Amino acid sequence: MRAAAVLLASLWVAPAFAGWEPTKPVEIVVAAGAGGASDQMARMMQAAIQKNNLMKQPMVVSLKGGASGAEALMYMKSSEGDPNKVLIAYSLIYMLPLSAKIPFNWRELTPVSVIALDQFVLWDNSAGPKTVKEFVAAAKAASSPFKMGGTGSKREDHVLTVFLEQKTGAKFSYLPYKSGGEAATQLVGNHTESNVNNPSENLEVWRAGQVRPLCVFDKERISYAAKVTDTQSWADIPTCKEEGIDVQYLMLRAMFLPGKVTPEQQAFYVELFHKVTQTAEYKDYMEKQALKPIFLTGKDMVQFLEEDDAQNKALMTEAGFVAK
Amino acid sequence: MEALGLLLHGFAVLLTWKILVLMMAGLVLGIFVGVLPGLGGPNGVAILLPLTFTMDPTSAIVMLSCIYWGALFGGAITSILFNIPGEAWSVATTFDGYPMAQQGRAAEALTAAFTSSFIGSLVAVLLITFLAPMISSFALKFGPPEFFAVYLLTFCSFVGLGRESRHKIVISMSLGLLLAGVGMDTVSGQLRMTFGSAELLRGINFLVAVIGLFGISEILLTMEERLALRGHAASISLRVVLGVWKDLPKYWVTLLRSSFIGCWLGITPGGAIAASFMGYNLAKRFAKDPETFGKGRIEGVFAPETAAHASGTSALLPMLALGIPGSGTAAILLGGLMVWGLNPGPLLFVEHKDFVWGLIASMYLGNVVGLVLVLTTVPIFASILRVPFAAVAPMIVVSCAIGAYAIQNAMFDIWLMLGFGVVGYVFKKVGIPLAPFTLALVLGNRAEDAFRLSMIGSGGDLKVFWSNGLVGSITTLAVLLLFWPAIDGLLARIVWTRRASR
Repeated sequence: MRAAAVLLASLWVAPAFAGWEPTKPVEIVVAAGAGGASDQMARMMQAAIQKNNLMKQPMVVSLKGGASGAEALMYMKSSEGDPNKVLIAYSLIYMLPLSAKIPFNWRELTPVSVIALDQFVLWDNSAGPKTVKEFVAAAKAASSPFKMGGTGSKREDHVLTVFLEQKTGAKFSYLPYKSGGEAATQLVGNHTESNVNNPSENLEVWRAGQVRPLCVFDKERISYAAKVTDTQSWADIPTCKEEGIDVQYLMLRAMFLPGKVTPEQQAFYVELFHKVTQTAEYKDYMEKQALKPIFLTGKDMVQFLEEDDAQNKALMTEAGFVAK
Repeated sequence: MEALGLLLHGFAVLLTWKILVLMMAGLVLGIFVGVLPGLGGPNGVAILLPLTFTMDPTSAIVMLSCIYWGALFGGAITSILFNIPGEAWSVATTFDGYPMAQQGRAAEALTAAFTSSFIGSLVAVLLITFLAPMISSFALKFGPPEFFAVYLLTFCSFVGLGRESRHKIVISMSLGLLLAGVGMDTVSGQLRMTFGSAELLRGINFLVAVIGLFGISEILLTMEERLALRGHAASISLRVVLGVWKDLPKYWVTLLRSSFIGCWLGITPGGAIAASFMGYNLAKRFAKDPETFGKGRIEGVFAPETAAHASGTSALLPMLALGIPGSGTAAILLGGLMVWGLNPGPLLFVEHKDFVWGLIASMYLGNVVGLVLVLTTVPIFASILRVPFAAVAPMIVVSCAIGAYAIQNAMFDIWLMLGFGVVGYVFKKVGIPLAPFTLALVLGNRAEDAFRLSMIGSGGDLKVFWSNGLVGSITTLAVLLLFWPAIDGLLARIVWTRRASR
């Protein structure tokens, strides 16, 4: 398998490397803390590139999770023209400028490729209600509002909570934690009643039987049918729409270079990350963490980003999270 | 005993030449990064992580955790010799360690630091070995109110048990809390006190502050006073080492108390920093002659070092068992585990026995080898003191600057470090203690978040801090400690009047 990947890689190499290639170590900038979903993904790519010799220069992971990820955005913005830095971005590129008025616009960066889409799942403690309907009924009947844990304030998790309230009529108190991992353990310890973590953030506590997935916020079920726990696979989780809550949200995972890099430099990274998506490491990671594989670049990517931006903006406005 | 069998199995996994060589290499690298101020454990492990991608998980974790142990040992060296904490948790070690070096007892202080590090780690490893399943369920009991109560306890113990006058401690702590507020506020998602500057978005990193406050200010003071490093190089000999060891049993209460505090705070991510301060303050509190602390008392080295290392080691337990890192280095190791295809969590102990018990066995072995290694190299480190100040000072400043820069790769942090150097100088001149400032900078954010999350959860009701036995007893203890001097005085008076009436 690995030999095949290397062979495949070497076939790709010839035309691309005729142009530009990095002359010093490439920094992969993570807009989140250590151990979070972005960090895990960056380390997977670092390992995939190093093990399959996809690049001559080494790749280093640089954690810039300060200020809820704004640190990474400002860092990329100020690195204009530097082709040795690549950002692994998610929906914060739309949301942070709106909620905290960070002077940043993703259009100032150079888009490379969208490499995955991340799901959101509604989880509760395994001692809690067993279905979405029971969960909503319990939340409505509760004397004090159900506590919903999530990552950060006025971000994906918070937006989803607001829409969950709108569609079900139940009230939640939203508790913003510093990371998805923290939200997961707080749910296990019964300090919150639910969370809307990404699959990767709750995977291990689900396998240990400590939390229960209620529904996934997507149009269709997750495709991976291999058993994750003794009885369930990702594909066994119903969509929230099936369960009567029509809320959908997918989060992009995309690579960006700083602004004002040359087309040759951009092309090198498009090739590089395309090769990464062909590796066994990438495929394995996608399935394990229940990510949706996707590869968009060039015009397709820009069109996707524009649509995604508009949708996020509409959600943020409706939730009342846009700073005045 | 199932645990014992598994542990023996772990040793069997370890005892190969390849792993032993990696272990030594890791320890030496670790001591090196521990000695450089600011580089420290987390950065050292982060820089060396990619080296291990091609290794098998067990070799990789052994090497990385040995870097971690090495950094834990190394952090004490600069605290004692130069009054510059290599790591934030070594700050408390400087209180008595540096005066000892000034009195020409550097070797004794270093031996004490290393030995107590070893004891602290050992206690924590024993705990991990035998109590792993129970402890992970204990950590799950911690929600926002419990976390806040622990932070409150740390702050209160400072005010109540501190050796400086209370108002100065409170001033120092408040300034620290104020600076901790700079940057993004997690709970509201808004920026605070950044004044439109992109550099201030990150907030103020406490390591940058620590390097400036302690390191740079010390250089400034020395320059003003006499242009020579205080303290004398001591020749470490087997006799000094044995002498310190012979006295060890006398301090068993301190060692035990600090180990306990360390383990407790390591498991409930209070962290090694809080642990080292608490260990020190409590040792002083319970001493018969507290006024001798801060003037070069060996117990003042034992207490914080034991606590810091017990905490640093036990911080790995919640990382393995729950996937919550108890310290910065544990967080990087967590990233490593994922690269090697291991997901930390309750099932790790079931599904990857080789790995987990190999790691635990490496904690025993790594600590023994580490202790021998640092003790034999003490003469090398102690001889730094013989180098003239004019040659050493620039090297220290450069090393501080590199350390400050490396934390976030930001030039701004070097200016910040210099700024804090001046602040530290002024504080020392007017007699405001630096430790409460640092503590507030480290824990301020977390304490604030925990408090506000508790308030959101309870609908603004302060009774949540007495809502169950665990949180209630910690909060009550915190309040008692805050008013300890008054309570102590009252108790003394009662005893006195009783005696008088008899």
